[in-house]
Amino acid sequence: MRRLVSGNEACAEAALRAGIRFFGGYPITPSTEIAELMAEELPRVGGVFMQMEDEIASIMAIVGASAAGVPSMTATSGPGFSLMQEGIGYAAMTEIPVVVVDVMRGGPATGLPTKGSQGDLQQARWGTHGDHPVVVFAPRGVEETFALTLRAVEVSERLRVPVILLTDEFIGHMREIVSFPSRVEVYHRQRPRVASSEYVHYAEENNYNAPYASYGEGYAIHLTGLTHRADGFPINDAPTIRWNNERLRAKIEDNLAYLEDNYVDDDPDADTLIVAVGSSARSAYEAKLLTDKPLAYIRLLTLWPFPDATIRGLARGRKRVVVPEMNDGQLCREVQRCLSGDTELVSVTRNDGSMLTPQEVLEVL
Amino acid sequence: MRTEIRLSGRGGQGLILAGIVVAEACGVYEDKQVVQTQSYGPEARGGASRAEVIISDGQIRYPQAYDPDILVALSQPAFDRFAPKIKKSGLIFADSFYVHTDRKDVVLMPFSETARNEIGREVVTNVVMLGALAAVTGIVKLESLKKALRHRVRSAFLDLNLRAVDAGYKLGKEIWKKRSS
Repeated sequence: MRRLVSGNEACAEAALRAGIRFFGGYPITPSTEIAELMAEELPRVGGVFMQMEDEIASIMAIVGASAAGVPSMTATSGPGFSLMQEGIGYAAMTEIPVVVVDVMRGGPATGLPTKGSQGDLQQARWGTHGDHPVVVFAPRGVEETFALTLRAVEVSERLRVPVILLTDEFIGHMREIVSFPSRVEVYHRQRPRVASSEYVHYAEENNYNAPYASYGEGYAIHLTGLTHRADGFPINDAPTIRWNNERLRAKIEDNLAYLEDNYVDDDPDADTLIVAVGSSARSAYEAKLLTDKPLAYIRLLTLWPFPDATIRGLARGRKRVVVPEMNDGQLCREVQRCLSGDTELVSVTRNDGSMLTPQEVLEVL
Repeated sequence: MRTEIRLSGRGGQGLILAGIVVAEACGVYEDKQVVQTQSYGPEARGGASRAEVIISDGQIRYPQAYDPDILVALSQPAFDRFAPKIKKSGLIFADSFYVHTDRKDVVLMPFSETARNEIGREVVTNVVMLGALAAVTGIVKLESLKKALRHRVRSAFLDLNLRAVDAGYKLGKEIWKKRSS
């Protein structure tokens, strides 16, 4: 069914259809419409909406609800996202699936409440301390916000990881036509198939789709943010610390093929490659269409884990790589890691609350 | 073909709703590709406000207006700011009560006065404007606007809005005829 909806509306609708049944949040522009819709709709499907006192409480509320077996989500923007970082680390360490939507606005601090930016690309990956698993999706518009919200819920539930959906004010408040599917496949987390006496919450086989218990299902679970053993209790010995870290790392590294998602428009004659993400990719692609020059193009739908190998392959032998974005060059520095030899890197940035224009990208092409 | 519409004025004049209604009319009821965006400050009323709608037969990449085909200005500051930034062949519609200009190419229309005097409520100025826009530009059908209004406007105010869009359509036809003759 075709409907005109905003990015925030599409996000809330996808979350509900993906099975999110708990939302803990604190309203903040430009994400508030997500909370408003969840507050209205969750009670109708037997879910719970809780407005918390702040974003620290919000992230911990969704961690708690998810630990009790309820797919859970929150939505926020820059200032709130900063406050949530500790809880995101806790979810990563305790392996509790949560979805955090960050509708980016201009920063730092309270910055620009009603204006968009892509200033949280790096914070989404490294906002919380320590090496930790996290998956970040970045849609370019409303229809993709719907699709990637569905995927965010699924990936978080399958891999027991926090998943961050990075949209921005432009996308959140933009309205586009979405053809809503009549039904969507929903992944339900697998319950343990062993007796409670044999259940180990962090079993060594950390595969995609591994079963895990939630509170209240009759299994003994111990959750702690401290580095822990397979049974969840804290430890301090080096081999187990390594085991714990390796386990968290493997979740992402063993599933790169499942997680990677790019739109690639390659051209063997092109000596320039464009690497783009999110809303500013629309400016980049418009620029590509406005010129006759052959150009190779990649847009990352999965921003983290970063598709190093794919970008390295696409950049090989090209003269230039152009990276347009709406911050001071956060994507560019990541692309730089993937380049070798004498490939020239061109950063195109705009960081004033307005959208990067196709003309600004065109100037360097 | 890509058509860019910019609706501008003050916060509280219903420009964003107008943008939504025209986008929905074209996108849902006429099967075109549309993107609707807006820009506003932190204040709910009084500040500068604008909504943009891109309408196209094909996929829309860049979602904002960078060379508008149609500008609507419902306030003097909006007119002064945006009137210079429009396509050479573009059309400018301005509210004759709130906007003063010597430019002969600008189509001045009594949107707010029609809303006040004919409908009895200035609050439907935005919908009068949409009716006139449909009549003059043909960018959207009157019937599609009405369908979108039925979907977007609360039932208690629906009749008011349907009368407003009809009045605007009539106004648009009359003024355009006068200009063309």
